[in-house]
Amino acid sequence: MSDEPIIQIKNVSKIFGGTVKAVDEVNLEVKRGEFFALLGPSGCGKTTLLRMLAGFEVPTHGQVIVDGQDMSKVQPNKRPINMVFQSYAVFPHMSVEQNVAYGLKMDRRPAKEIRERVAEALELVKLGGYGKRMPDEMSGGQRQRVALARALVKRPSVLLLDEPLSALDAKLREAMQLELVRLQKTVGITFVIVTHDQSEALSMANRIAVMNAGTVQQVAPPTTLYEQPANRFVADFIGKINMIEGDAVAAGDGQVKVTAPVIGEVTLAGTATGKVALAVRPEKIFVSETKPTDPAVIAVKGKVGEVAYFGSYSNVFFDIGLPAPLQADISNVSSDIEEIIFTAGEEYWVYWRKSDTLVLG
Amino acid sequence: MENWKRSAQTFWAAFAPPTFWLVTFFIIPLSLIWLYSFSSKTGVIDITLDWNLNQYARALEPLYLGIFWKSIVMATATTAICLVVAFPVAIAIVFSKPNMRMWLLLLVILPFWTNLLIRTYALIAVLRTNGFINNGLEWIVVNADWALSLIGLGDNTIVGPFTPLQLLYNNTAVVFGLVYVSLPFMVLPLYAALDRLDRSYLEASLDLGAGHTRTFFSIVVPLALPGIASGIVITFIPAMGSYLTPDLLGGTDSKMIANVIASQFKQANNWPFGAALSFLLMYATFFALAVRAVLMRKEGRGDVR
Repeated sequence: MSDEPIIQIKNVSKIFGGTVKAVDEVNLEVKRGEFFALLGPSGCGKTTLLRMLAGFEVPTHGQVIVDGQDMSKVQPNKRPINMVFQSYAVFPHMSVEQNVAYGLKMDRRPAKEIRERVAEALELVKLGGYGKRMPDEMSGGQRQRVALARALVKRPSVLLLDEPLSALDAKLREAMQLELVRLQKTVGITFVIVTHDQSEALSMANRIAVMNAGTVQQVAPPTTLYEQPANRFVADFIGKINMIEGDAVAAGDGQVKVTAPVIGEVTLAGTATGKVALAVRPEKIFVSETKPTDPAVIAVKGKVGEVAYFGSYSNVFFDIGLPAPLQADISNVSSDIEEIIFTAGEEYWVYWRKSDTLVLG
Repeated sequence: MENWKRSAQTFWAAFAPPTFWLVTFFIIPLSLIWLYSFSSKTGVIDITLDWNLNQYARALEPLYLGIFWKSIVMATATTAICLVVAFPVAIAIVFSKPNMRMWLLLLVILPFWTNLLIRTYALIAVLRTNGFINNGLEWIVVNADWALSLIGLGDNTIVGPFTPLQLLYNNTAVVFGLVYVSLPFMVLPLYAALDRLDRSYLEASLDLGAGHTRTFFSIVVPLALPGIASGIVITFIPAMGSYLTPDLLGGTDSKMIANVIASQFKQANNWPFGAALSFLLMYATFFALAVRAVLMRKEGRGDVR
């Protein structure tokens, strides 16, 4: 039962106006009880995909299955899915209580049960005692809690959240991230969240689907996504990364031989061949005044360019003789200023482990 | 913003012409009529202002109260029918494609480009005894009879003979005409209200399990209430004081209050009484506006326009 995915998206496409492919042959599975994120830049089709789950858009072709049931003929009001809208869409002419009770009234639950469940839901989102308020007497954050309570009170199989944190200020956003994770653990409902903010997705979700131009680029847990991105788009979209263009040929045994300017020839784990990018995260780069002797690293000479000091680390740009500088996040492990300061023009050996180098097609 | 307030010259240059216009052609004439309503008719063209209330007393006689009541009933029926007809129209326009919307709105306001008198005569051409509707019906009946005669059921045994429907010169014709004239006044404010309505409210309602009908009555209607109220007021008030439509489409018993007022000023040559009736109509209108304002304030969050 619990192994069966709660949402199955099979070959789903959505074409607007006959030509615009918003979603292009997407296949996805969301597991029961998971906190799943759809991440991508604006216009990548993530919201369209979410709206197809809710039933507000009909797939041009493909199949959406929720809880084993094909949703293609099911109207939005009959789906076991509820949604928290980006604008919250808290009904302005109803009190908080009436808003939360709305869905239960539509289900014709008895009045006593509605009262109890509404109170319980408001308690859950820490809005106990706010029942009689009108939405225009509440802050944005509180209105969002109302929207959450209103959706959760129906105990859906899946809760959809469309950019739930985008309208909140930075501080509230962080608090709400933790809050959503706590809430999801408490109620055990599958959450599917749409966001363009990678840190939001990384910190909250169990698994993330990165989308671009209507297609899914990679589906993986946050760590895999960051450490082992499937392609350049994912690598570039999530976090910072250095890329050095090169050519790769297969070397057998899951390895490729890459030839790149400055670096020369190096054999790395990977499968991509042809035009590739050697990619390495800035925090995995080390500096040394002497040439590293370890054969397990790639080392190049670099001249310090721009430096940004962030306290715990410094973001240093090295000119390594390529068009793009190599950026390194150097951890400031010493409190000796002399030791951690970088001056433009200084030359260092810049190196990183071969095993930290990604070969991206 | 502050500039024109500080410069007195600019202020008066902008302020004086419209003020002059309003005072000369609105406030003074209206005041004169108001004074007439407290005067007595002392000769064929002589009117003496003696501050009596006889005209108002007469206006409140059952005969005229009856006509007032009739006007209210007709205007209410007109407004109600307009609301029921205009709501789907407004919804259809709001949900149509953006490039279609402009054309549909144009169709709604197209009748304004023609004179009311011409439109009303055109309506007479449609409704009269040998108008389009009756001619069309007659054609159907005659042909149906002919078709039936082929199977031996002709000669008006089943259908016919055709007697033209009396579609004109009765109260129904007046309400029909008023609905026709007033419909744009209802459609436009409803359209404006629905257009501003955030679609996500509707989607949230559907998402929470409400059907389309429930969503309409629980979400759309309450949130469009300011537009509905505006539509009702700007339909009801002109309908209540309509003159031309009952005059041309109505029968002998379809007189509305404006027709009575006109006949007092014209045929009866009794300006004081006509003036009193006019002001009673105006007070009734003010009352309707006040009721709306109170209702809207109770609602709390309608932007009253």
